[in-house]
Amino acid sequence: MSAFLKLLARNRLALGGLIVMGLVVALALITPLLPLADPDVTNTADRYLRPLSDGHLLGTDQLGRDLLSRLLWGTRLSLGVGAAAAIFAAVSGAAVGIVAGYFGGRTDNLLMRGVDMLMAFPYILLALAIVAALGPGLVNALIAVAVVNIPFFARNIRGITVGLAHKEFVDAAKLAGMSHARIILSEILPNVVPVIVIAMSTTIGWMILETAGLSFLGLGSQPPQADLGSMLGEARSALITNPHVSVIPGFMILVIVMSINLLGDGVRDALDPRLKSGALSRPMAATRVDRRTRPDREIPTEGLLSLEDLHTQFHVKNRVYKAVSGVSLSVKPGECLGVIGESGSGKSVTALSIMGLVASPPGVITGGAARLEGRDMIGAPYPELRSLRGRRVAYIFQDPLATLHPLYKVGDQLIEAISCHRPISKAEGRAKAIELLKSVRIPNAESRIDSYPHEMSGGMRQRVGIAMALANDPDVIIADEPTTALDVTVQAQILSLLDDLRRERGLAIVFITHDFGVVGQLCDRVAVMYAGRIVEQGPTRPVLDAPAHPYTARLIACVPELGEGKRKLEAIPGLPPSVDDLPKGCAFADRCVKVQAGCMVNDIPLERAGARAVRCLHPETEIAEETA
Amino acid sequence: MSIALQVTDLSKTFPVGKKLFGGARGSVKAVHPMTLSVETGETLGIVGESGCGKSTLARMLVGLLPPTTGTIEIEGAALDTADPAAFGKRIQYVFQDPISSLNPRKTIRQIMEAPLRLLHGMDRAAREERIREIFDSVNLRADFLDRYPHEFSGGQAQRIGIARALAAQARILILDEPVSALDVSVQAQVLNLLADLKREFGLTYLFISHDLAVVEAVSDRIAVLYFGSVVEEGRAEEIFAHPRHPYTKLLADSAPVVGRPLRDPETGQAELPNPLDPPPGCAFAKRCPYATEKCRATAPVLEQIGPDQRVACFHPLPAR
Amino acid sequence: MGGYILKRLALAVPVILGITVIVFLIMAMIPGDPATAILGSYATPENVAKLNRDLGLDQPLVARYFIWLWNMLHGDFGQSFSLNRPVIDEVLERFNNTLILAGSSFVLCSVLGILAGVVSAARQYGFADKAITFAVLLGISIPSFFLGMMMILIFAVDLQWLPVSGMYAIYGGGDLPDLIHHLTMPALALAVVATGVIARLSRSAMLEVLRQDFIRTARAKGVHERRVICGHALRAAMVSIIPVLGIQAGFVLSGAVYIEIVFQWPGIGRMLVDAILQRDILLVQGGVVFVAACYVIFNIIVDVAQSLLDPRIKT
Repeated sequence: MSAFLKLLARNRLALGGLIVMGLVVALALITPLLPLADPDVTNTADRYLRPLSDGHLLGTDQLGRDLLSRLLWGTRLSLGVGAAAAIFAAVSGAAVGIVAGYFGGRTDNLLMRGVDMLMAFPYILLALAIVAALGPGLVNALIAVAVVNIPFFARNIRGITVGLAHKEFVDAAKLAGMSHARIILSEILPNVVPVIVIAMSTTIGWMILETAGLSFLGLGSQPPQADLGSMLGEARSALITNPHVSVIPGFMILVIVMSINLLGDGVRDALDPRLKSGALSRPMAATRVDRRTRPDREIPTEGLLSLEDLHTQFHVKNRVYKAVSGVSLSVKPGECLGVIGESGSGKSVTALSIMGLVASPPGVITGGAARLEGRDMIGAPYPELRSLRGRRVAYIFQDPLATLHPLYKVGDQLIEAISCHRPISKAEGRAKAIELLKSVRIPNAESRIDSYPHEMSGGMRQRVGIAMALANDPDVIIADEPTTALDVTVQAQILSLLDDLRRERGLAIVFITHDFGVVGQLCDRVAVMYAGRIVEQGPTRPVLDAPAHPYTARLIACVPELGEGKRKLEAIPGLPPSVDDLPKGCAFADRCVKVQAGCMVNDIPLERAGARAVRCLHPETEIAEETA
Repeated sequence: MSIALQVTDLSKTFPVGKKLFGGARGSVKAVHPMTLSVETGETLGIVGESGCGKSTLARMLVGLLPPTTGTIEIEGAALDTADPAAFGKRIQYVFQDPISSLNPRKTIRQIMEAPLRLLHGMDRAAREERIREIFDSVNLRADFLDRYPHEFSGGQAQRIGIARALAAQARILILDEPVSALDVSVQAQVLNLLADLKREFGLTYLFISHDLAVVEAVSDRIAVLYFGSVVEEGRAEEIFAHPRHPYTKLLADSAPVVGRPLRDPETGQAELPNPLDPPPGCAFAKRCPYATEKCRATAPVLEQIGPDQRVACFHPLPAR
Repeated sequence: MGGYILKRLALAVPVILGITVIVFLIMAMIPGDPATAILGSYATPENVAKLNRDLGLDQPLVARYFIWLWNMLHGDFGQSFSLNRPVIDEVLERFNNTLILAGSSFVLCSVLGILAGVVSAARQYGFADKAITFAVLLGISIPSFFLGMMMILIFAVDLQWLPVSGMYAIYGGGDLPDLIHHLTMPALALAVVATGVIARLSRSAMLEVLRQDFIRTARAKGVHERRVICGHALRAAMVSIIPVLGIQAGFVLSGAVYIEIVFQWPGIGRMLVDAILQRDILLVQGGVVFVAACYVIFNIIVDVAQSLLDPRIKT
């Protein structure tokens, strides 16, 4: 709760809304105690007095009644009616929504058909019909506005409840012996309440407007009693001659509704957990670059693609997550480099940094270079970066359903990959797309080209992803866990396809994975990452057969391998460190069995010896002698 | 050896699509009639790829989904109501996604207390005592109890999930992909914990996974599922080393193993048949290099083929 | 596609029937006796009874409903006693006027709202975003009837750019420029709230889509950023924007009631409010059912547009 208030207070607009709203509510509450004129006493001699007249601060209306008094009493009435309507609509709508969403099936069908029926009316027709039936009057207007808003809450809450009812914790509650009523009250409701509060805070202003609207039409509060809406309605006839009588109540409605809306947005932002982490900001076209020192724009390098001391961080609020801290690696034409690590090791961020695809905000590249044939691409102007993306350096991503555009045909997505780098005629594009689909062994390429991604299986989609990467004959392919979401038999097909393609076309591949088996089969060299750094690097077989870094050794040991039968596994105790709070020295030290005092003092350099390198003071094996 | 869990002809059919008037347009057999038994103290591994029906099977076994046909017997007694509370005391479930299996708005203590209070009617002191015991055995600190789920890592959350399953004092646990959401280094911790708990409390496990190596490492026996049916069942150390069903062999050959050269173990399509229009014969026939007319016309049934091995194939691969 | 449209139309039949039932039941709740309302309190009991018989009000409720429904299906919505003309004639004429107002407003708010939302999202936290966000907040907080009145004061009374009210000039008007001259202010006033709502939603839909993996894929392919925003992202965002357009159309139609009163626009909203105050039940019933049915048809068009956009919706 205090965290919620703190978040709310940080939002200056919401705070402003809260203050104004608080003032208005306080005024409305103490209205009966204030020394005001009777709002309903008429005095036709003093009609239409201007504001700041004697004894009438805001002037008088068409019947000579004191406007200030009427304004405050009217505000009191409007606030009360709006709030009552909102609470009534929220409670009944939420009840319908929760019941429908939780039980599903026929109950859901019946309730929601009823709600749909109410939604089939433009809302004011229903409100008018209800007022027509019950007769004009403030309470009847309140009922009309509340009923009309029930569908909004019912639908909203039902949607949330359906999602919750299928959550695993609800299954767990059933297995713990809870009854339906108990599950609704203790498992569902606490998760729904924030949504109800958000929906209410964002609609209460609307409901005040609506009741004021019905009063404006003469269907709400009846004379002499007046809420803000009927004040405005009565003043309308004298709009041109005496505008102040209209402007004053109208402006009051605007102030109330606006401050409620500001406050409502603040409440929503404070309660919506996605906004807390700043996750709702959209990534820009290229990752932000903020390097302290600028490396040379162009220097000769050995490899085709090489990273030099790459640093990428995530800046969230005042925390800095050092996702990648000083990664250097390079890959030659026709070579496959595996980058292996657990989640949070920085392997994917490394891969995405190369072409500036790390989501930014919050990502920032804070140092280092990524060179293609010696030319640094980090910090390259956007047009240059764009022309390299997909043309010389192409990506294959993990989940092929999420990474293909759901509304475009796969053929069009393939053609676009070509056409955004060189003009291509429609027929030529189509022929090329079919050729690409054939090259990744998709059967019936001619008809598959017109399929949408959701019409294909996971394996087929990933083939499309690969075809798209191949579209412009790139020099380097960066594959970010391309087979992780796939079944094992499909994975085998995709891996062998990638392997064939790289041999046929002399592609350089950077292959990101967490699976040693895949690295062992596909990659020539491997780099092992831990907490944002490379801890070991070298040709695949020697590294896997005789790992030098204790982390590599322990990680290999804890992965069961097929064909060894039932056994006890080697586990690594503890958890990887959080990259916003890295320890001094070796990041693996507190989980390592070989740790000594020296490990936790200074940064440990990556010691090279021939083709291999290790970042450890006490490696498992000496790598110096086995120069390749 | 007594039978802990006996499943006979269990099947599940889902209606699909709704017509404007009247009933469903078609139906999908997610699980074909299936007969399985698990002995007390045994771990039966269930392995299969996506769409093979393994999660549907698991949900039926704990009463979260009413079966279309068939019976479930636990320690000799039939459970024929689809009432999770009745199942809860005898058989429990450990979920795949450890975080989403914990209600984000409840403390760990509230989560742990529910089964103790509702299934066993324990009073406050007894609950306190029991929770401490359980937390000791899953290596969790007692000060975690007053925290909320989002404060835990995946591995810790999965331990809490296991602790909750243990609190119900069920002797059989259904483990539905319990480690696939975890990193490999944490995965081994949880698998070892499960092995220790099994020894300590004499539990029986049904371990469901898509990861062949993990299943092989923890199971006594393994059943391989394809398209809703068991195609092969056998001892863990045998089944992938010497598969008799062509699909089992394909699975074993596809698993990435260091040092084995990379090659496509099958040519052609690796797609499941359309579940709305299943083929009349063996579901694997289209992918199978040994398929004959007979395979395409009639579906093979699971038959005993060795002392500990059953296979559903007209042309099983030769024994060793 | 044709099959899908037919299916949607078939599904609309029960909805429209439901609407007639709801309207009929609500109206049946009205206390007192319509005949007395029509004839005034000095009518003789015989006259009241006769009128009740003529109106079919001596029949049981269910029978009355079916008679009313049957007549409506034949285009007979009854006779308005306050206007002394067939309900359907009045409704058609008034609804036509409302369509001109609400339709132009709807086009305005859709185009402006989506545009503002896209710009706002593409320039998140920039100056344009902040300006738009503030304007939107103001727009959704101001009562449209108050806004209309202020516009009259400023643009009609003070600046004398536009006419105060009405649909055509009393003398000599009646052509299209005259209509547009009269339409400008009410259409703008009516569009403001809906523009705000659509802009807000478009912004958040765009932000949501821009975080998706397929946007990263498009960028990784080298697609130009302009096309990423206006092609890939907007198209995907439209999937969640279009249903809101459907809902907002209902809000524009609803808001038209206030605007018609403020600007003396001879539309159906004003007709309904007058009919309620006069207790002209047949006119209220007929008007509500007619407009609601049109709204149902409009929502079918929205659904069809949605299915054309999104191939994942089974047609």
